[in-house]
Amino acid sequence: MTSVATAVPATARRTGDARNAAVVTGMSAVTAIGVGLEEYWRNLLAGACGIRPITRFDTTGYPLRVAGEIPDFDSARVPSRLVVQTDRWTHFGLLAGELALAHAGVDPAELPEYELSVHTASGSGGNEFGQRELQALWAEGPSRVGVYQSIAWFYAATTGQLSIRHGMKGWSGVLVAEQAGGLDVVAQARRSLAQGSAVVLTGATEAALNPAAFTSQIAGGMLSPVGEYLPFDEAAGGYLPGEGGAMFVVEPAERAVARAARPYGVVAGHAATFDPAPGRGRPPGLRRAVETALADAGVAPSDVDVVFADAHGHPSADAAEARVLTEVFGPRGVPVTTTKAATGRLVAGSAALDVVTALLAMRDGVIPPMVNVRRPAFEIDLVLGRPRPAALRTALVLARGYPGFNAALVLRAAAQN
Amino acid sequence: MTRLQVAVTGLGVVAPGGVGVKEFWELLTAGRTATRAITRFDASGYRSRIAAECDFDPAQHHLSPQQVRRMDRCAQFAVVAANEALADSGVLGESPPERVGVSIGSAVGATISLEREYVVLSDGGARWEVDPRYAIPHLYHHLVPSSVAAEVAWLAGAEGPVALVSTGCTAGLDAVGHGARLVADGEVDVMVAGASEAPISPITVACFDAIKATSPNNDDPEHASRPFDALRNGFVLGEGAAVLVLESMTHARRRGARIYATVDGYANRCNAYHMTGLRPDGVEMAEAIRLAMAEAGMPAEEVDYVNAHGSGTKQNDRHETAAFKRSLGEHAYRTPVSSIKSMVGHSLGAIGSLEVAASVLAIHHDVVPPTANLHNPDPECDLDYVPLVARERRVDAVLSVGSGFGGFQTAMVLRGPAGSGR
Amino acid sequence: MQPTEFTLTDLVEIMRSCAGVDEGVDLAGDIGDTPFVELGYDSLAVLAFQARIQERTGVPMPDDTVTHMPTPNAAVEFVNRQIQAGVR
Repeated sequence: MTSVATAVPATARRTGDARNAAVVTGMSAVTAIGVGLEEYWRNLLAGACGIRPITRFDTTGYPLRVAGEIPDFDSARVPSRLVVQTDRWTHFGLLAGELALAHAGVDPAELPEYELSVHTASGSGGNEFGQRELQALWAEGPSRVGVYQSIAWFYAATTGQLSIRHGMKGWSGVLVAEQAGGLDVVAQARRSLAQGSAVVLTGATEAALNPAAFTSQIAGGMLSPVGEYLPFDEAAGGYLPGEGGAMFVVEPAERAVARAARPYGVVAGHAATFDPAPGRGRPPGLRRAVETALADAGVAPSDVDVVFADAHGHPSADAAEARVLTEVFGPRGVPVTTTKAATGRLVAGSAALDVVTALLAMRDGVIPPMVNVRRPAFEIDLVLGRPRPAALRTALVLARGYPGFNAALVLRAAAQN
Repeated sequence: MTRLQVAVTGLGVVAPGGVGVKEFWELLTAGRTATRAITRFDASGYRSRIAAECDFDPAQHHLSPQQVRRMDRCAQFAVVAANEALADSGVLGESPPERVGVSIGSAVGATISLEREYVVLSDGGARWEVDPRYAIPHLYHHLVPSSVAAEVAWLAGAEGPVALVSTGCTAGLDAVGHGARLVADGEVDVMVAGASEAPISPITVACFDAIKATSPNNDDPEHASRPFDALRNGFVLGEGAAVLVLESMTHARRRGARIYATVDGYANRCNAYHMTGLRPDGVEMAEAIRLAMAEAGMPAEEVDYVNAHGSGTKQNDRHETAAFKRSLGEHAYRTPVSSIKSMVGHSLGAIGSLEVAASVLAIHHDVVPPTANLHNPDPECDLDYVPLVARERRVDAVLSVGSGFGGFQTAMVLRGPAGSGR
Repeated sequence: MQPTEFTLTDLVEIMRSCAGVDEGVDLAGDIGDTPFVELGYDSLAVLAFQARIQERTGVPMPDDTVTHMPTPNAAVEFVNRQIQAGVR
């Protein structure tokens, strides 16, 4: 019952009490341009692009054949007992979770188990595993469906496996809001701390590069037909999917200080909104998400040093986001970048990866450039070509999720010493 | 510590045995079972060929042909249940759209549609590389279950926080808990919160066959779901949806809403043990129960009814019984405990919300629904499970619990509307 | 042509391919009488072995098979009893 007695009222987190601030103390990244935090970051700064021909299945006959596939992902980095019972999406999550805990210097075994939480987001669950079992069922019969289908395909698989692997018994969950879910779980992490958790492992990974899931995106007309992902570019024509994501460790500032852990940044503000039903004649919700998140963080637009944009890549979606950025920050009022042109759109994984990337940018005082974009189409200050050095105190991460989700997250540099 | 106290002002249900709250409650209080031989597909090659199916015709519930085509059965259930709940609460138009959110639970999303379309794309499973030319344009709407929550948001005109909560078989409780938390945190005035599931498709039935989790009592489907009975041999798959309208007490009182009950405590813990297995001691569920009761400021002696997970698997019912004893002490033996899964089956992510709805109705009507099919007491399950017949008694406080794959253990405390003149 | 005898080697191959191997476990070692649980295989894994054995031998395995297979040697023995009982 002690965890109840020590629980902080939810409203306390808005008082700005620095001791209760949610800080990120460990991070990881699993992407097409690097598996592991520093490898990813180095390659992102170097302008690497992970969009390449898909090798996981034969794309003959598909109108599009490239994506942000992670080349030669070494599943031996995940225990073999777990590899067979989980989808590739969970393999990424298990590795990312382990790396993030190690980076934070957190050993869950040393902590009270009910104060350890896991919150992951998932866009579409265990796609490849699911397709394999569907094929077994329909080609060979129901008795050929394996015992692990019941625990591999569903959206809770990664949270459940991480909880078991690291002995984390505290409040844990799974949110699905397509891409936006990757930011919404960070708000859940903050709520968990307010409820008494000491350490929260959060983030998202995705792996939707199997034939059926890839096809669903082709059929929806969302993907770039020319095989180039050029957000905010005059030639923008849709996005390209990728796989991977990021996990990170969130804990109360007070705790991080006490154990002399490095805080990479504070989760300062969050907001989630939803677009009105089509045809209602009301404005979309992205701008309100931005303004509400800034208010939640207690910062003004002028405080924001960099925006990690949703950068959808469809001309109308880009125009809508550029308009919001211009309205809130003024024309070319804030540097804007994205990781997605380099990694492909990782759905919830991208939102989580952008949180990690924003914190790395703050750490090193440099904004990573967006690759491939040559002809900006809007009055926004895109960071192109090469990394841009900048003192970064406040970052805004945006994510829109199909169909109609908006999320905004404000990160602030942690007070040093 | 701030009290979680969130008003339930509207209810909507799509359940096996009937669409609508009235039909649902009639089934439960009559102790009637809605489990039967599967009709949704030819299940003759399967180990478990029974389920609790909804007799549901979307056209009868004001869904347009376009909506029916676009929405998976899971989304259709969610929208129809939400529609009833919104009408019941009269909340539409009472709050700006920005102050209304949606939290819908589901464990497996649009599985039926995904499987159906997969079969077309792969030519009956013949090809791994599917043919994109046969894909329907809205296939992605099925791939991402966020669309289920989105459909409810569009119906409700909600523009606040919207999410699908997908913690497997506790999703129905966790979605209501999440919604209540957002209301209590002041992020919204109103949450449309509940859960929906439509899992009765070949792949889901086959995946539970593989682990022998479902009952093979194919010759006697009406009596196959036997929570707490010595002869229980697995759960019976179900489908359906339940949606609640949650409001802050201030908002509900200001508009003079009828308050059915309040969500006063909610907690979720993980067993960090096994994706499907449960340790018999029920420690983690007991912890969730203790936390939810502490949040509600409620001693064990005040629990009038425990709405159990009661899935009817050997391990669950034993695990849960241990958890009740561990958390409620001697009171576990005095309070009635029942499982509505005996009547409406186990609808995975949806069932938690159906159980919350049943708990709210138990408070509203002062009736405890029974555990059907409980004829042979199991010595390992020695509590008062309200066998066969509903029981009239004053119900002011209900504890509803859930347990699910992934190790999730969830508990919620609901209480009657304080000071409403009851 | 179905095999007429099921061996420990057959079983180990099935164990390896359908459930993986836990860190620190050597399936090439003397594991015949070590309980599956101690080898890192839970009830789901043993159910997976059962399904694969049935597929491989063509002999139907009853629902309660798992209870007859606490160890690899017990499993091999049980499977061979089923085969000899002519229940194919």
